[in-house]
Amino acid sequence: MWRQHSDATIAKAYAETHEKLVAAGFRVIEIPMERECKALVADAKRGKNMFALGMLCNLYSLDLQLAREQIALTFGKKDASVVAQNVKLLEAGHAWAEANLDFQYRIPAERATEPMVVVNGNTALALGVLASGMEICAMYPITPATSASHYLSDVFEKVGGVVHQAEDEIAACAFAIGASYAGKCTVTITSGPGYSLKQEAIGLAVMSEIPLVVVNVQRGGPSTGQPTKVEQGDALAAIFGSHGDAPKVVMAASTIEDCFYSMITARKIAETFNMVVVVLTDASLATSQQPFPRPAFSETWIAPPIDQSAVPAGMKPYDWDVATGLARRFIPGQPGGMHTVTGLAHDRDSHVAYDPEINEETLHFRSLKLAAFQKTLKTPAVFGDPNGGDLLVIGWGSTQGAIEEAVQSLRDEGAKVSSLHLRFLQPLAGGLRQILKKFRKVMTIEGNWCDRMEDEIIDESNRRYSALAMLLRARTLVDVDCWSEVKGQPIKPGTIRRVLAAKLAE
Amino acid sequence: MNMLATECLLQLVEERHALEDYQSGVPRWCSGCGDNAILAAVQRLCRDEGLRPEKTVFVSGIGCSSRFPHYMRTYGFHGIHGRALPVAEGVRLARPDLNVFVNTGDGDCCSIGAAHWIHAIRYNMNMTVFLHDNQIYGLTKMQASPTSPRGTKSNTTPRGSTLEALQPLSVTLGVQNVSFVAQAVDWIPELLFEVVKAAYHHKGLSFVRIVQRCPEWLPKVWDPWLHDPQRIQLLAHPKGLMPSAGVSSVYRNRIEHDPSNLNRARELAGNVDEIPVGILYHDPSVPCYEDLRRSTTPRTREYIQAGLEAELDKVTVWPGGAS
Repeated sequence: MWRQHSDATIAKAYAETHEKLVAAGFRVIEIPMERECKALVADAKRGKNMFALGMLCNLYSLDLQLAREQIALTFGKKDASVVAQNVKLLEAGHAWAEANLDFQYRIPAERATEPMVVVNGNTALALGVLASGMEICAMYPITPATSASHYLSDVFEKVGGVVHQAEDEIAACAFAIGASYAGKCTVTITSGPGYSLKQEAIGLAVMSEIPLVVVNVQRGGPSTGQPTKVEQGDALAAIFGSHGDAPKVVMAASTIEDCFYSMITARKIAETFNMVVVVLTDASLATSQQPFPRPAFSETWIAPPIDQSAVPAGMKPYDWDVATGLARRFIPGQPGGMHTVTGLAHDRDSHVAYDPEINEETLHFRSLKLAAFQKTLKTPAVFGDPNGGDLLVIGWGSTQGAIEEAVQSLRDEGAKVSSLHLRFLQPLAGGLRQILKKFRKVMTIEGNWCDRMEDEIIDESNRRYSALAMLLRARTLVDVDCWSEVKGQPIKPGTIRRVLAAKLAE
Repeated sequence: MNMLATECLLQLVEERHALEDYQSGVPRWCSGCGDNAILAAVQRLCRDEGLRPEKTVFVSGIGCSSRFPHYMRTYGFHGIHGRALPVAEGVRLARPDLNVFVNTGDGDCCSIGAAHWIHAIRYNMNMTVFLHDNQIYGLTKMQASPTSPRGTKSNTTPRGSTLEALQPLSVTLGVQNVSFVAQAVDWIPELLFEVVKAAYHHKGLSFVRIVQRCPEWLPKVWDPWLHDPQRIQLLAHPKGLMPSAGVSSVYRNRIEHDPSNLNRARELAGNVDEIPVGILYHDPSVPCYEDLRRSTTPRTREYIQAGLEAELDKVTVWPGGAS
C-alpha cells in the first residue's frame, strides 16, 4: 500500500492527499489492492488491472461472465494458465468489492431498436472506403491516420481492393492521382505533416481535373506538433493549400457515422466534378467510439465501370461548359480520346497554353466548378431556434456533440442560444448569411488557434481569427467572433457552456 | 472496376498503325537534342509492335525530356517534377490492360525524384522507363545535375561542379528486385531502337538509361565518345542483344556479356571511360508488384456487398442485446 511505501516521500504524499480528501468531506475508501493481488500473483503490478476490473464489475452490477469471456478472448492466444490467472484476479476483485463496499450502481443499458455499428472514426472511415466503390488506397504511415489504413489493409482485399504503402507521402498522393487518372478514383489517407507534403500533387490533380479523395486526420501542428492529440488546425491549409488558385472541396466529418458516409460522398463529388475532395477528421474522431445505425448497403455507392467507349469525333479533352466549368474526362483506353494531361496551363485540347487569355479562362472554369457544386448543397439546419435569438454558435468537425450539449443545457435554462454545424467548409453552403443575420451575436467554437483579445497587444487590427470565423466573416460580412481551445484534448461541453454564457452576458 | 480484367484485354481486331498515327505536334526541343532520337525510336517501336494508341500511356515529370508525352498521339500524363514514377505506378496498378512508359530526366529521376526511383525498381511494376540523361538541367537553363561530370561549369557551378557524378546504372543495379537494366546512346539509332524494343518486351520495370546530348547547354561533353567508336562498348549475348554486322563494323569494341550475370553487370555499369551499350541485366523471374497485390476476383456488386456486410457483422450490436 502507498501508505506503507518504502519511499518516504510517496508514503507522505499519500497520507497528505488522504487527509485533504477527508477534510474536504469526501468519503475515502482505501483498497489494499496490492496485498490482495499478491495473494494470487507474485508480481502485483501484473494483476492489479484485472482486480480493479472485477471491482468495477461489482460496483456497476455488470455481468462477471461477460468479463470472463472477454479475458479468454483477449488472452486466448497465450497459455491457458494466463487466462486462468487473470480470471482469478477478476473474481478476487469482484469478491472484495462484494464483501467490503456497501454501495452499488445499476446503469441500465440503452436497448438498441435497430442494428447499431460500434466502431471508432478511423474504422468507420475505412469501412466507408470499402463501401464507396474506391478500390485503391495509397498511403504512408503517419499518426493518427494510420489505424484507418491498418484496418483497411486487413479488409480491403476482401472486396478486391489494394492498400499501397508508398515510399513517402508525395508518392502516395502521386500514386493515387495516377490510379484516378486511369479511371479508378483513389483515396490517400494522411495527417497534418503528410498533408503538407502532398500539396504540390494536390495542385496537379486540381489543374489536370483528376478526381481524388484526400483524408486528413488532423493532429496538433505545426510541424510534428502533437501527433496523437486532437486539433482542428488544417482547415485553411485544406482550403487554400497548394500554390496558385487551387479550388477544391473540403468536407469535415462531425461524427463517427459521418466518417463512414463522407467517404462515399467524397468519391461521388470527386468523380462528378473531377475535383479534389479533402475530408477532414481529427484525432478525437479517429479514436473515439460512438454507435450509429448499421448502414444499409446501396448499389449507388459503387463506382460505375470505367468508361471505355469511343470518344465522339470533335470532342475535346477539356470541353468546359461555360456555365458550370464542367468537362467530360477522357480515360486511357477510350479510342479517339488520346491527349496528354498536364500540370501546365492548358487549353481545351490539353495543349500547353501560351495564349495569354487561356490561363485566366481556365482559372475561371475551375472556379466555376466549385460554384456549380455549391448549388447542390443544402443550407445546414439550425440546432435550437432557426428564427433567431441572442447567440448563434457555429462549429465544424468533431465538436458537434459538445457544442450541442452545451447549447441544449443553456436553452433548457431559457437562454436564446442556437448552433449551426458545418459539414462543408469549401464551398460554404448558401443561405448562411441569412441565418447569421437573425442572431444578435455570432461566434465560432473551434479547436484551432485564435488570438485572445485579453492580450495587451491584440486588437481588432491584428487579431488572427480561428479558421471558420475568418471564412464566415469573409463570406457573410457578419462580425463573427471566435473562441478556441488548442490543448490537444476534445473541448468539453462544460467549457463551451461557460464560454457561451459569458458571451451572452457581454 | 466492375468489368472483368480480361474484358479490357480483349482485342478482336489486329490493328496496324502508321508512324504518323503516333505523332503529335512539333517537338519544341532544340535542334540536335537527343530527345528527338528517343522520340523517333519510341514511335517506331509503337508502330512495329502495333501498340493501340488508346491503350498506351506515356507518363513524365518535368524537364525537357518530360515534354515527351505531348509529342505522342497516345494518352499521356505530364505531371510534376520528380513524380513520374509514382504516377505511372498508380496507372499500372489500376489498369493491367495499358502499356505504360515513363520519360524522365537526370534531374527528374536522379535528384528530386530519387526516392521514387529506388522504390520503383523495388516494386518492379511492368513499365518501361527511359532515363533521358543529358547530365545537365536544360529547361531551367544549365544547372549541374547529379549526373554532371565533376568540373561541369554551369550557372550554379560557375567554377566547375565539385562532386563526382552519380552513376544511374550502378544505383539501379544495386536495388533489390532490379529486373532489367540497359543503356543506349542517342547517336546510334539502330542500337537505341533495339534496346528500347527489348525493354518493352520485358515484363517488369525496364530501366533504360539513354546517354543523350544537350547541344544547348553541354554541347561538347560527349565528343570524346562520339568521335572514338572504340569508347562504345557493345554488349553482345544471345540472351541480350546481338548487334548487327553493320553496327559491329563501326563499333568494334564488343564484349560478350550474359545479362543474367548481376555482378558483371555492376562492374560494367561503373565503367565511365567507355559507354556500355546493350542489355546489362535481365532477370525475367522477378515478380511484379501489381501481380502480387492486385485481386484476381472480379469486383461485382455482390462481392463488394458481401465483403462489407461481413465486416459490419463483426461490429454490429443487434436489437435485443445479442451481438
